[in-house]
Amino acid sequence: MDKFDKLSGIAAPMPLVNIDTDMIIPKMFLKTIKRSGLGVNLFDEMRFDRQGNEIADFVLNQPAYREASILVAGDNFGCGSSREHAPWAIADFGIRCVISTSFADIFYSNCFKNGILPIVLPEEQRDILLKDSENGANARIEVDLEAQTITSSDGEVFTFEVDSFKKHCLMNGLDDIGLTMEKVASIDAFEASAGAERPWV
Amino acid sequence: MSPKTLYDKIWDAHVADEADDGTCLLYIDRHLVHEVTSPQAFEGLRMTNRSVRAPDKTIAVPDHNVPTTLDRANAETMTEDSRIQVEALDKNAKDFGIHYYPVSDVRQGIVHIVGPEQGWTLPGMTVVCGDSHTATHGAFGALAHGIGTSEVEHVLATQTLIQKKSKNMKVEITGKLMPGVTAKDVTMSVIGVTGTAGGTGYVIEYCGEAIRDLSMEGRMTVCNMAIEGGARAGLIAPDETTYAYCKGRPHAPKGAQWETAQAWWETLYTDDDAHWDKVVTLRGEDIAPSVTWGTSPEDVLPITAVVPDPSSFKGGKVDAAKRAIDYMGLTPGQKLTDIEIDTVFIGSCTNGRIEDLRAAAAILKGKKIKDGLRAMIVPGSGLVRAQAEEEGLADIFKDAGFEWRMAGCSMCLAMNPDQLAEGERCASTSNRNFEGRQGYKGRTHLVSPAMAAAAAITGRLTDVRDLM
Repeated sequence: MDKFDKLSGIAAPMPLVNIDTDMIIPKMFLKTIKRSGLGVNLFDEMRFDRQGNEIADFVLNQPAYREASILVAGDNFGCGSSREHAPWAIADFGIRCVISTSFADIFYSNCFKNGILPIVLPEEQRDILLKDSENGANARIEVDLEAQTITSSDGEVFTFEVDSFKKHCLMNGLDDIGLTMEKVASIDAFEASAGAERPWV
Repeated sequence: MSPKTLYDKIWDAHVADEADDGTCLLYIDRHLVHEVTSPQAFEGLRMTNRSVRAPDKTIAVPDHNVPTTLDRANAETMTEDSRIQVEALDKNAKDFGIHYYPVSDVRQGIVHIVGPEQGWTLPGMTVVCGDSHTATHGAFGALAHGIGTSEVEHVLATQTLIQKKSKNMKVEITGKLMPGVTAKDVTMSVIGVTGTAGGTGYVIEYCGEAIRDLSMEGRMTVCNMAIEGGARAGLIAPDETTYAYCKGRPHAPKGAQWETAQAWWETLYTDDDAHWDKVVTLRGEDIAPSVTWGTSPEDVLPITAVVPDPSSFKGGKVDAAKRAIDYMGLTPGQKLTDIEIDTVFIGSCTNGRIEDLRAAAAILKGKKIKDGLRAMIVPGSGLVRAQAEEEGLADIFKDAGFEWRMAGCSMCLAMNPDQLAEGERCASTSNRNFEGRQGYKGRTHLVSPAMAAAAAITGRLTDVRDLM
C-alpha cells in the first residue's frame, strides 16, 4: 500500500450530500476480478453520457479539477455498499484524500486499506474548504497526516482527528494482515478457549 | 459488574487481543463469501502464500451475478465477465476447501438468506461478509456487518478483524403494528427519523413489543436495513422465536450441545440500566405503510403523503432533494398514490423470504397485475422457491401475471440482466433507491412486499390497506 504523509493538491468540490457507492462506482464495473484500472470508471454515470462522452459540467471533467487529488464532499460520503471498488476507483483516479462532515463506516475503513485518508471536519470548516476548492487550480490545499492538519489556500489551518493505529498503518504503508499474523498466538489461545466454551460454533 | 448491552456482551465474548489504544482483534465465527467482493481477496492469499485459517467457518455462495431465468443452467445466459466471477468462486471454494453452494444446488440463494436458512447464523456469533447487508444476521442476536475486500482477505487469513468498538444505540418500537404495516415499514420509518447517517458510529439494538412480535423473517428485514441508517450493525436479542427458527437447521447444534448453546444464548440480552449513547423511540401504532419518493432511503414517507417541497429541508438536503425529485420525475405536492409504475420487483435479502412471498400472495390471490406492467418475483433461495411452490404461492403469482424466477440478488442491484430501462419506474422490495441502482436512470420506490403486490394490481403506488 502507498504511504501517506503529506499531500498538497487541487481539491474538487462535491457538495452533494449522501454520495453513495453506486455513484462512486456503478455496479457494472464490479464484475472485475482485479483491483486495478477502475479510475476511468470513477463516478461513471455522473461523469459520462451513455455514448461515453464527458458531461462537461461534472466537476472532475472541468479543466481546473482534472488533476484533483483531494475531494471536499457533502455529508455522509460513501454511504451504501461495502464494495472496495469505490476506494480502488478513487485511488486509481489519483485522489488520495476525501474531506467531509461524515463518512459511511465501511467506506471509511476501506479508504485506509488503500492509501486514502478520509478526514472528518465540523460543518463550518468543511464549508470553508468547499468554498476554497471552488477556486479551482488556484487553490491548493495541504494535508499533513503526521501533524493532523489541513491548510487552506489562504493559510488557514484546521486540525483533524484520526485513529492512532490507522494513522500509523497509513503513514507506513503497512499491511494489516502481516501485523495481525504477529499476534497469531493470541488468536490460537482465543480459538482454543472459545472452542471449549462454545463448541457448536 | 457494570450493566452491559447485548452488543457489549457479544463484543466481549469475541475479543482475541486488545492493544493499549483500544484497537481489538475481534474473532469471527462465520465468514460468508460471494462472488463479487471475494476474488481479489483469494488472489491476495495466493500471492502471499497464505491459506484460509478456518475453512469450516467459511461459507460461499454465488448470488449477485447469477441469472434468475429458468434456463440459467445454460452458461450462455451469463455475460462473460459474470461467468468469470462465478467460476472464480467455484475454483476458490474448491482450492481453499470452504463450504460451498454452487448455482446448481437447490440451497443456493442470496448469501444473507442461505446463512440463516442453513443454520450457519446463530445467536451470539460474529458474522461478516463482503456485503453491507450482512446486518441482516443481527436478527438472531449475532453481531453481523459488512466488510471490504481487504478485510475479507484479513478474515480469510486470520479469522479476525481489526476493530474498535462502536457506540450503543437503542431503537425501541413500542406497542403494536396496525394492519397492513410490516417489518419493512418499521425499518424504513426508523431511517426516516434517524436519516441515513443517524446510525454512523453505532450498533443499533432494536427492541420493544412491536419488534418482539415479529417473526424471524420480519426481524431479518428490520436488521437488514440497519446499514441504510448508517449503523455498523443492527441487533435483536434472541428469544423463543429465535430458538424455534434455529432448531433443527442443518448446521445448528443438536442434542446436549443445543441445550448448552441455548443456555448461553439466554444470557444474551441488555441488562437493566445499561448505558445507551443514543435512544430513538417510535410508537408501533404511528407507523404507516411507507414508500420512498427520492434517491436515498431516508427519503421515506407514509403512502398517504405527497412528494415534499425541497425547500422544506435544511442545509445540503435542499439541493439533494431537488436533484432527487428531478431524477425521479416527480412534482412537489403530487400524491404518492398518483405515481404510476412500470415494474414491480419482489425479492432481495430484505424481502425475499417465505413470509414476504406469503404477504404478497395474500394480496395477489385471484387478482391480475395491471396490463402492460412487468412484475417479477425472485425468491431469496432455492429452498424458499421450493417452499413457495409447495404452498401454492407460485401458482398465485403466475396466475396474477408475475414472472416466477430462480434465486439470486437480481434487480436489487441489477448486476445480472434483471435491470430497469432508462426512465422506468419500479415498486421494489429491495433496500436501496440510489440513482442508477436498478439500472441506468431507473427509478426505484422502496416498499414492503404487500405494498409491491398492491402496486402491481393498480399500476401505481397504492395504499395496501385499500385492498385488504
